[in-house]
Amino acid sequence: MTKAIEVQNLSFRYSEEAKRNAIQDMSFTIENDEWVAIIGHNGSGKSTLAKSIDGLLPLEKGTIIVNGIELSEANLWQVRDQIGMVFQNPDNQFVGATVEDDVAFGLENRGVPRAEMVQRVQDALQRVNMTAFATREPAHLSGGQKQRVALAGIIAVRPQILILDEATSMLDPKGRQDVLATIRQLKAETHMTVLSITHDIDEAASADRILVIDDGQLKQQGTPAEIFRYGSRLIKMGLDVPYTAKVAEDLSTAGVALPSQFLDESELAQTLWTLHSQM
Amino acid sequence: MNKLLIGRYIPGNSFVHRLDPRTKLLASFYYIGIIFLADNWQTYLVLLLFTLAAIAMSKIKLGFFWKGVRPLIWLILFTVLLQVFFTQGGHVYWHWGIFTLSQYGLINGTYIFVRFVLIIFMSTLLTLTTPPLALADAVEYILYPLKYVHFPVYEVALMLSIALRFVPTLMDETEKIMNAQRARGVDFGEGSLMQRIKSLVPLLIPLFVSSFNRADDLATAMEARGYRGGEGRSKFRILKWHAADRWVGLSFIVLTIILIVLR
Amino acid sequence: MDITFTNVDYTYQANTPFQGVGLRDINLTIHGGSYTAIIGHTGSGKSTLLQHLNALLKPTAGTVQIGDRTITPATNNKNLKPIRQKVGMVFQFPESQLFEETVLKDIAFGPQNFGMSADKAHQRAEEMAELVGLPKETWEQSPFDLSGGQMRRVAIAGVLAMQPEYLVLDEPSAGLDPLGRQEMMDLFNKLHRENGLTIVLVTHQMDDVANYADQVVVMEHGQVIRTGTPREIFANEQWLVDKQLGVPKTTHFAEVLKQQGFQFEPLPLTEDELVTALLPQLLRQGGAANE
Ligand SMILES: Nc1ncnc2c1ncn2[C@@H]1O[C@H](COP(=O)(O)OP(=O)(O)OP(=O)(O)O)[C@@H](O)[C@H]1O
Ligand SMILES: Nc1ncnc2c1ncn2[C@@H]1O[C@H](COP(=O)(O)OP(=O)(O)OP(=O)(O)O)[C@@H](O)[C@H]1O
Ligand SMILES: [Mg+2]
Ligand SMILES: [Mg+2]
Repeated sequence: MTKAIEVQNLSFRYSEEAKRNAIQDMSFTIENDEWVAIIGHNGSGKSTLAKSIDGLLPLEKGTIIVNGIELSEANLWQVRDQIGMVFQNPDNQFVGATVEDDVAFGLENRGVPRAEMVQRVQDALQRVNMTAFATREPAHLSGGQKQRVALAGIIAVRPQILILDEATSMLDPKGRQDVLATIRQLKAETHMTVLSITHDIDEAASADRILVIDDGQLKQQGTPAEIFRYGSRLIKMGLDVPYTAKVAEDLSTAGVALPSQFLDESELAQTLWTLHSQM
Repeated sequence: MNKLLIGRYIPGNSFVHRLDPRTKLLASFYYIGIIFLADNWQTYLVLLLFTLAAIAMSKIKLGFFWKGVRPLIWLILFTVLLQVFFTQGGHVYWHWGIFTLSQYGLINGTYIFVRFVLIIFMSTLLTLTTPPLALADAVEYILYPLKYVHFPVYEVALMLSIALRFVPTLMDETEKIMNAQRARGVDFGEGSLMQRIKSLVPLLIPLFVSSFNRADDLATAMEARGYRGGEGRSKFRILKWHAADRWVGLSFIVLTIILIVLR
Repeated sequence: MDITFTNVDYTYQANTPFQGVGLRDINLTIHGGSYTAIIGHTGSGKSTLLQHLNALLKPTAGTVQIGDRTITPATNNKNLKPIRQKVGMVFQFPESQLFEETVLKDIAFGPQNFGMSADKAHQRAEEMAELVGLPKETWEQSPFDLSGGQMRRVAIAGVLAMQPEYLVLDEPSAGLDPLGRQEMMDLFNKLHRENGLTIVLVTHQMDDVANYADQVVVMEHGQVIRTGTPREIFANEQWLVDKQLGVPKTTHFAEVLKQQGFQFEPLPLTEDELVTALLPQLLRQGGAANE
């Protein structure tokens, strides 16, 4: 079976004068139907990587293969058809003058006949639960709603891969939860491959695998439980420290004997209760 | 921001609101054309009644239309006075150097004034009852024939609709930056002209920077969503004529005939 | 200096077809020296309330007493500068207000508007750059060449340079990475404790409220629906969930532990409190861990 994304020895530098490469000899693969989170501190090269995969930056060194298609000048648009991207600022990616116009934008670009377009726009809006807002203007929407519209615009085009570049970072907690719930649901229904760049612990926890990027290099990869074991060192990697990891660390320092692996809330509560009962 | 109310769309569901934007745009142009048919008080009266009827049908208060006149009032008065003082003929009431206050002058002045007001009322009616986006659609429709001389109609229309979509965003941004600089002790619009101009720098630079960043983000997002120029695009938004639009067309024909008969 | 709201209403674009309610019948006092958190979901009027604290907005009804000045709907826009100086305001994404050629010049902009000489303002700017932790090599750089977190520090330093008594912050850590967020919150805490600034903070992070604030104001639909200490506000988890506000992670985890059988009286609000309350329930007296 073909991989969703294969990156081999990718390097990228913004300009001759730049002090260092924004991406330095990076290689990894992402399987179909996988959800991969990419973490890294500010300026580590995450957005550069995402843009490179979508052919939004010139490919200088290395190979990128998306769904078996190797990215090149010639099949740039073929590759872009496989990928939908949602960016950080909800305002700056809303192209249409109303919600339905915005959802239709990608379809218009692909010359989809109008009758089919209307159908697909409706369907996409329904999936993100924004049907009631079809004719609203962006000025009257919250950030979370705009991001859900952005998601609808992508579903309408039906790509195989969804790339989220800090898509929830400018939202309030409610908006963030709504968008995240929408993504989870879409993933379950459409089996899209999801690549999400994030600083948010809940978003990272949803992933099957986490890649840690630092100074343009791939430094670590593993399941969330494996990565979360880094505890308070996670904050240097650009991720929130999971609350249970903080508490576990505090308790260990105070002399409570706890296992070294990552425990979620109920696991930690049970472990602590066992300790209490042995007292 | 209240000043910007002028020419701003007021949501509603009146007969005028529901008309096709193309009808309203074309009718407004046509109206400006036939207003020059009027040359006596009867014809001006007909036009005035017609305009007031249109305004009444929009269910928007007359006050909003006066607000449209206000920013242009000096230009109007200047033109009217030129007419009044430099037109000669009929009874002369007053004379001083090159200035003459004559009967024809007064009549012409009044006509010019009414003409201005009517044109402004009618175009204000257009903008108050038509969302900017719908207007952009209408403009695109009217520009469509230019496609045959390789004018990029699609691109221009898209640009126009994106520009319109960002107007509220940029207005918010402007207000936000102004407030932030006020909080740092800037007084906008106070002091000498030089001071006023200087106080604009802390507003304009951030506004420029942020607009530039937005444009950059937007271009990336559009490209990522498959935009590669107007070629081969299909269209989601379409316009349809309705019976009401035919009635409007008919009423304009009747109006034209009346004007021709009465002049 | 206290700030007191008495029956304050604020209507956006009053007397137009677009008018909308911003604030409704606000009665509230923010005491000098406090650390007040304002919470409430999107559109509840938090930012509108903040802009009344330094008279950027004037009430459409009622009065706002800022120190010895009373702002009423009739107050004119002249002579508001002393208020703006005393109440420093940091807006959401404040990096968008930067415009000068260098970091120091931008920081010195505020004090100069309040009549300070260029030399003195420059000196003040250096102190403030130091205070907010901007590395020296950035001082003469263009603010637009800095990272997002650093730009925000410049903006905050620019407000601090006016030497305000109040520091008003509208979601100051939004959009930063977790490390940047933590550094921001530490900075404000330091300014509160060491420099004696009164802090008014709008935030969606309940953990920050629990960790730092001593007074909480809860808003909904333009009204203040509750005020109290964090302990009072967070005592009722269900009420907060109903208001779509969430609870601090500690409070939430303490509830989980309670279900498991642990006991807490009172419910801990911060991580430290939780650990302190847990230890006696896990370790036998006298350092049993060494067994
Ligand atoms: N358009 C550009 N021109 C020049 N350099 C750039 C450009 N965009 C990014 N860089 C630089 O490339 C490096 C990687 O940036 P990138 O935006 O990919 O980081 P990131 O991991 O996405 O950070 P963040 O978490 O802040 O979004 C940084 O050092 C940045 O300064
Ligand atoms: N400039 C404006 N013109 C008209 N209405 C406005 C304006 N600014 C805010 N409002 C309205 O006033 C209400 C309160 O807005 P405000 O910005 O104070 O909310 P908030 O609590 O700060 O929300 P958020 O968490 O999203 O920042 C909202 O209903 C909003 O739509
Ligand atoms: Mg990025
Ligand atoms: Mg706000």
